[in-house]
Amino acid sequence: MAATRLPRMPRRAGALIGAVLVGALFLVMAVSLVWTPYDPLAIDLDATLAAPSAAHWLGTDEFGRDVLSRAMAGARVSALIAAGTVAGAIGLGAAIGLVAGFVRGWTDRLLMSVNDAVLAFPGVLLAIALMAAFGGGAGGLMLALGLAYLPAVIRVVRGAVLSVRESAYVEASRVMGNSELYSMVRHVLPNMVGPIAVLASSLFGWVILAESALSFLGLGVAPPAPTWGNMLASARPFFSQDPWLGIAPGLLIAATLLGVNLLGDALRDALDPKSGG
Amino acid sequence: MVGYLSKKLLLTLPTLLLVSAVVFVLIRLVPGDPAQVMLGDAADPSQLARLRHDLGLDQPIPVQFALWLGHALHGDLGRSISNGQPVLALVFQRFQVSAGIVLAAIVIATAVAVVAGLVAAWRQGGAVDLAIVSGATLLLSVPSFWLGLLLLLLFGVKLGWLPFVGYVPVTQNLWQGLAYLVLPVATLAITEAGVLTRMMRSSALDVMGLEYVTHARAKGLPESRVLLRHVLPNAFGPTWTLVGLVLGHLLGGIAVIETVFTLPGLGRLMVDSILARDYPVVQGCLLFTALVYVLVNLVVDLCYPIFDPRITAR
Repeated sequence: MAATRLPRMPRRAGALIGAVLVGALFLVMAVSLVWTPYDPLAIDLDATLAAPSAAHWLGTDEFGRDVLSRAMAGARVSALIAAGTVAGAIGLGAAIGLVAGFVRGWTDRLLMSVNDAVLAFPGVLLAIALMAAFGGGAGGLMLALGLAYLPAVIRVVRGAVLSVRESAYVEASRVMGNSELYSMVRHVLPNMVGPIAVLASSLFGWVILAESALSFLGLGVAPPAPTWGNMLASARPFFSQDPWLGIAPGLLIAATLLGVNLLGDALRDALDPKSGG
Repeated sequence: MVGYLSKKLLLTLPTLLLVSAVVFVLIRLVPGDPAQVMLGDAADPSQLARLRHDLGLDQPIPVQFALWLGHALHGDLGRSISNGQPVLALVFQRFQVSAGIVLAAIVIATAVAVVAGLVAAWRQGGAVDLAIVSGATLLLSVPSFWLGLLLLLLFGVKLGWLPFVGYVPVTQNLWQGLAYLVLPVATLAITEAGVLTRMMRSSALDVMGLEYVTHARAKGLPESRVLLRHVLPNAFGPTWTLVGLVLGHLLGGIAVIETVFTLPGLGRLMVDSILARDYPVVQGCLLFTALVYVLVNLVVDLCYPIFDPRITAR
């Protein structure tokens, strides 16, 4: 997508809001490692479905568990799954994309036909199907989501490689007698960092969303371990009487996605040579 | 034009073959023996062997694939393990519910996006533009199922304007049926309008920088005519392509919306079948959805020359 081309002020503001939101997410994650107001798994049957109060800022769920503590712990689980998935998909996808774009010929054609066939499945649907094969849990989720989004990474990286390898400076490197491999590592790879960073930021957002959707469907991380998605799922039956149960995790997902999207836009603008201030 | 059409059509065939191979392999990845799942733990070995033979599970994998593909081409996707119904009929029946919602949502979202994107590009850098871009970015970040829950809470529970649990087919009772569809369609349309608006704005901005637009303005054409006659047709192409991708996104994500609104659609069928380990149905849903997605993108590609006649010349 082209640059958003907003005037400098709103664009800066967007980047700033994005940075603050993502920073806050990491802060919450870090804090939740050492401290949450209550044990996120501690059941208190005397205080089920309590409204927000001084003791429980976001209230308690149907088992009397503190919603704030669960939301904090859920941030950690969701973000770790997203980070693991993105790292895996980008690492493997970049490697395959680089090879396909550089070797070309039959290897490329074969890889890309299979890749396009997998791309013919909507990402979330493929992840849902893969969850059937890998079973639930964080590991299965990362594997399923990573595989589901891998073809998109391969496609983007290969496209970028194809355009970069034709550029004059790569040509020059070849003319100077440098080997293909040297040209690739020394000249093509560094120029991939930008597009890959932009892709990684979008991917992080998609995975957060897909993970919460899968957990919401009951195919992701199983309770009692909290994720934002399964918190929303378990809030659903009580939502009409106790809306705060569903509002906190949903707001957290939305805020995280907004932060990631705004940062991604800023990154794209910064890396797009067409976009002036 | 004919060359373009036939090339696109021919390129679809290998994709479809590979897609079915992927579905076949995927289901084979599922741990456990389908015969065992079908008969349960109490089955005796001879029964198991007979069922394996009937299902072709004792054949080599390539033969299994050929058999399965042959059956699939004849419209035989097997029978559901849990209720014995033919998979194709089940999938088709549920697909009608999902397709209606997705189609309505995409039409509304595209209409909204074209207007909003065009206006934002026209007023680039101004307050209106800022409001539209911020709104679209915000929508991009709201999970559809959460928005669905909020709308349900507001319009279903608090205001009581719309029914919030259950489903009545439109064919059975038009108005009642539509009432059940308002919230799911609105939810999807709202969440998808964001990405489409951003695309529309971005490509409208590209077009507005071109000389013929400046020329049209210099001729003294009214702004409305410049926008509708000169900018819109040339800026719509990229958005139209994105519509195909968004449809795929919707088909993949429809399961959560059907869960929120308790609708008997294809997405819900697939998730329920995964949870019930009803693999023939999972396979059928997967194959069917991928098929629809490929065909939709084919139609999107085939319609592209309508919006950009230059494409066939390439």
